[in-house]
Amino acid sequence: MSARENILQRIRAANGRTGAPGASEREAALSRLREHPRGPLPSMNWELLPRFRERCIAMMSSVADVATLAEVPRAVANYLTGNKLPLSGVCWPEFANLDWAGAGLQIVARAANGNDKVGITGTYCALAENGTLMLLSGQDTHAATSLLPDNHIAIVPASRIVRAMEDGWDLLRSEHGRLPRQVNFVSGPSRTADIEMTLVMGAHGPFRVHVVIVL
Amino acid sequence: MQINSQQFKRAASQKLADPKVQKALKNAKGKLVVARAKSILELDNYEEMRDEAARIRDYSLLNLEVLLEEWEKNAKAAGTIVHWAETPQDVNRLVIEIAQKHEVRKIIKSKSMLGEETNLNHVLEAAGLDVRETDLGEYIIQQLGETPSHIIAPAVHKSMDDIADLFTEKHKRPRLTDIAALTHEAREILRPHFLDADMGITGANFLVAETGSTMIVTNEGNGRMTTTMPRVHVAIAGIEKILATLEDVALMLRLLTRSATGQSISNYLSFTTGPKRPGDTEGPGEFHVIIVDAGRTGILGSEVREALRCIRCGACMNHCPVYQNIGGHAYGWVYPGPIGSILTPAYVGIENALDLPNAATLCNQCGVVCPVKIPLAELMRKLREKQVERQLRPWAERLGLKLWGWAANRPAVYGWLTKIAARAGSLLGGKTGMLHRLPAVGREWTGGRDLPAPHGRTFRELHARKTRPMSEKR
Repeated sequence: MSARENILQRIRAANGRTGAPGASEREAALSRLREHPRGPLPSMNWELLPRFRERCIAMMSSVADVATLAEVPRAVANYLTGNKLPLSGVCWPEFANLDWAGAGLQIVARAANGNDKVGITGTYCALAENGTLMLLSGQDTHAATSLLPDNHIAIVPASRIVRAMEDGWDLLRSEHGRLPRQVNFVSGPSRTADIEMTLVMGAHGPFRVHVVIVL
Repeated sequence: MQINSQQFKRAASQKLADPKVQKALKNAKGKLVVARAKSILELDNYEEMRDEAARIRDYSLLNLEVLLEEWEKNAKAAGTIVHWAETPQDVNRLVIEIAQKHEVRKIIKSKSMLGEETNLNHVLEAAGLDVRETDLGEYIIQQLGETPSHIIAPAVHKSMDDIADLFTEKHKRPRLTDIAALTHEAREILRPHFLDADMGITGANFLVAETGSTMIVTNEGNGRMTTTMPRVHVAIAGIEKILATLEDVALMLRLLTRSATGQSISNYLSFTTGPKRPGDTEGPGEFHVIIVDAGRTGILGSEVREALRCIRCGACMNHCPVYQNIGGHAYGWVYPGPIGSILTPAYVGIENALDLPNAATLCNQCGVVCPVKIPLAELMRKLREKQVERQLRPWAERLGLKLWGWAANRPAVYGWLTKIAARAGSLLGGKTGMLHRLPAVGREWTGGRDLPAPHGRTFRELHARKTRPMSEKR
């Protein structure tokens, strides 16, 4: 017998069953998957936008607001110059047509490699509960761009801020039906406390995450 | 991993006498306990969530077979190649086969406790593969040739100075004396390996039956690198990691990160479902998941079944007065602290870890902080009972209990013996009223502290004297 059969049989025995689960038992177990009930949530007596901003800052991201998408390059330029950071980098293809050059930036629409210092991405949606970006992998939504550069800048439309992870999953189910290769929830810059329990930013991923909210 | 749990007493004594270990433990205790307590306050319905989390874990274990089959079906539909491994050796063999098939030379690895169970790194290195741990703590441990002393903070027993010495030697760069600078040096050293490794290996915090996904929780970003940059990704996961739905994961995560490090959320939560899709420019061409038993079905059918609810947060060890004083290495295998005192005998044999379930005062701090309500103290007591039933306790202890049982069943004899003992004890206690050295099994007690001496009369004598006038009046 295969390892798979042996393991399943041992599980069956350990759970006090004699044969493989019947159709009705299987059905009872799987109904949870179809209904995917939500567990108890903590109280969420807050407004989406202020909470998202506040939690982004708590997770050590920085935040800026702009009124329209066209204003994003100027806001990004302000952030980069204000923090004495490099003015060139890469962005997701959906932002290729923004006037980066007009804001004094050199931004190329391609996936980041190890040399790029600034990576500009969008987000699938954002979670207000903890100041989290929900990023989906895909042809035009390169994961490397939010991971390899020292600085990650995320463009977040205010209309895409939802309450909690459960809302993110519901949105994904209704808009896509199935999961992409990878879903990444990003909450602030990469960090570690592996040496003497002392928190340090910039472990392997970005040192800084800047969130630009398009109101 | 090699099992050293039989040397527990000696190892614990060494750790107690080691000032470096003591300093590191004190530092960690202060930070982790406080951070958890603060973050739990953010959840106004924490106990309700905890009840539900325990219920969901029990549901998952009860329906393990159906959920694993459903997970497998969905994983395969997304293009994942699924393997099943019965033993630690099977896990290592499968990983090597996958590596050979893809002509892999360099492997980057994101932390996996299951990998520690199977001794994966050493086996891969022996097969001529270049394996690099990328979690900072695991990287330090690997460079030192040591094993993790904590499941979420593997290098917690090392000081900055130790690490500065290590990096100076291994990286051949000037010695640094700043924690941030050391962290960033490790980042610089490891970055090229992320970019040119052939294969990535990760564990899994959870398997999601609904979607056929594996998911990992990280802070550093090494998990994202490991699952995205190399051309092959292998995830290893114990059968008990299964959850039914994405909602179940969301609930567990609120409890897991708070219980572990006091974070409301970890920086990166990565859900992986299959290899690179058509049109994708990144991600591995092949994604393998190895579903592992390695002793888990044995626990499922045993008296310590609830231990399989564990989501590996480490709160039980952080809050354990024994762990806080001796650290993780004294426990002698992969999992330290209260959960380790249950899992180690369950995985490696009760007779190979006799001291572990006894290295507890049963204060139940662990049970109080466990986010999935594992009755840890109760399970340790069950293992103690089993040791007695299987006659695994030392002969002196068994003989002593037998004699005590014989006397306790004969009230007159018992009263007479305790009378002698109370008087002898009082004499030996002298002016201080303390016994400094006891013979035979009592030696272990007085080895570390004094025993208050009896005052010369037994409880029964005192009780009889007090109640006599009452009964006479009647």
